[in-house]
Amino acid sequence: MITIRNVVKRFGRQSVLDSVSVDIAPGNVTAILGPNGAGKTTLIKCMLGLVKPDLGDIRIGDTLINGGGEYRHRIGYMPQYARYPENLTAAEIIDMIRDIRGFPTDEDTELIDAFHLKAEWNKPFKVLSGGNRQKVSAVLAFLFRPDVLFLDEPTAGLDPRSSAILKDKIRLARDHNRTILLTSHILSEVQELADHVVYLIDGKIRLDEPMNELIRVSGEANLERAIAARIYTEAV
Amino acid sequence: MITYKLIKYQWRDAIRSRWLLVYTILFWLATDGLFRFSGSGERVILGLLNLVLLLVPLVGVILGTMHVYQSREYVELMLTQPIHRKSLFKSLYFGLSLPLCAGLAVGIFLPFLYNGALTDHLPSILMLIGVGWALTFVFVGLAFTIAFRHDDRVKGIGLALGLWIFLAIIYDALVLIGLTVFHEYPLQTPALVLMMLNPLDLARVLLLLQFEASALMGFTGAVFESFFGSLKGQIIAFGVLATWAAIPFWLCQNLFSKKHF
Repeated sequence: MITIRNVVKRFGRQSVLDSVSVDIAPGNVTAILGPNGAGKTTLIKCMLGLVKPDLGDIRIGDTLINGGGEYRHRIGYMPQYARYPENLTAAEIIDMIRDIRGFPTDEDTELIDAFHLKAEWNKPFKVLSGGNRQKVSAVLAFLFRPDVLFLDEPTAGLDPRSSAILKDKIRLARDHNRTILLTSHILSEVQELADHVVYLIDGKIRLDEPMNELIRVSGEANLERAIAARIYTEAV
Repeated sequence: MITYKLIKYQWRDAIRSRWLLVYTILFWLATDGLFRFSGSGERVILGLLNLVLLLVPLVGVILGTMHVYQSREYVELMLTQPIHRKSLFKSLYFGLSLPLCAGLAVGIFLPFLYNGALTDHLPSILMLIGVGWALTFVFVGLAFTIAFRHDDRVKGIGLALGLWIFLAIIYDALVLIGLTVFHEYPLQTPALVLMMLNPLDLARVLLLLQFEASALMGFTGAVFESFFGSLKGQIIAFGVLATWAAIPFWLCQNLFSKKHF
């Protein structure tokens, strides 16, 4: 469970997060959505500890995020653009993270085999294709069986087969009661994966609803139109 | 411990990179070339002195700023791992500066070794490399400070190059003008203070005192020699140079610890 209470963040005069409060439940895939500049990246970065809120509390489980790094043992993060030291091989990059985490014995290496990554194992990261870089990133996100997963545009650049494998993996993690946060611009993918939608506009939460409820109440068939209908209706 | 682990991987990345190879070969070719054209070890060292004072800071500021900008996504990603920011910062700083130091040492050391001039000139070579290392730490630190303060990479690289031009060229011209204008006043103390305010001048003085060529190289060297004598001057200059390395390191470590990524 992630608990966010009254989080405020300003960059200079610009208010990016305006008293945001939301609970992210385990056993769900929660999509954080919003137009460009809505504050979703800042909110996720606050949860990851990359940005410090001006006010408010964020807790992951019982741990208050206040600058310490220990809670990150429980986090898996898959960024939109993965970049590692370019002359290291995929194997060395994975070893580096293992090394930092003290080589845990209970690793989830399923994705390495599923993505057929062994063929790319000893190539420098700089020669890997965008899709293969994403695969390495996905492997690292799931490798240490984290309680909380942050997935930023997880299928971007992946071929259809790998995309399907990753989506299955995300569903499996949800079934194991993990807390999963997802951002994506592909709303059909969000609709396919997410159980809950948090929609931000101008740093405020405009929607915080289960997916099926959102679709049902809006009377629309797809998420894109459902969000548009809900926000339009509220604005009118 | 985590810092050491991270530096190990950064080091492994750096020694496979082209920039380090080019940097090492550049010093190797320059040293080798100086041996071929000038013949004696002393002349080679004096030739290298200017190269070290010019090139080491320039490469430090360029690679320092580029390293920060290119590592942005890597830093974000690593900060989601259970590590402290200071550990990551140190790995970035030493992951660049230590390979640069190694490249400089190898590039200078090897030609002296196979030309049979190593033992005769060992103290001077060590001093040259030592000052080169100090300048590496100073200018990588200054570049990091600029790059962490300015997210716009064009602005950051421009400022870093501007700083190098100021310290390498403009500063000395301004000091010279000042000393000329006020030549009727006792200027030894102000000249010493002005020297300490520029790490490149300090490095130059250190090397000139070592080579006992200060009288040939202008006012600054003469002042230092007359005031402190060789050994004392070197100790003070090295101490101030170390402070020059420590302050940007401390500053950008603090910037890094508080920065929003």
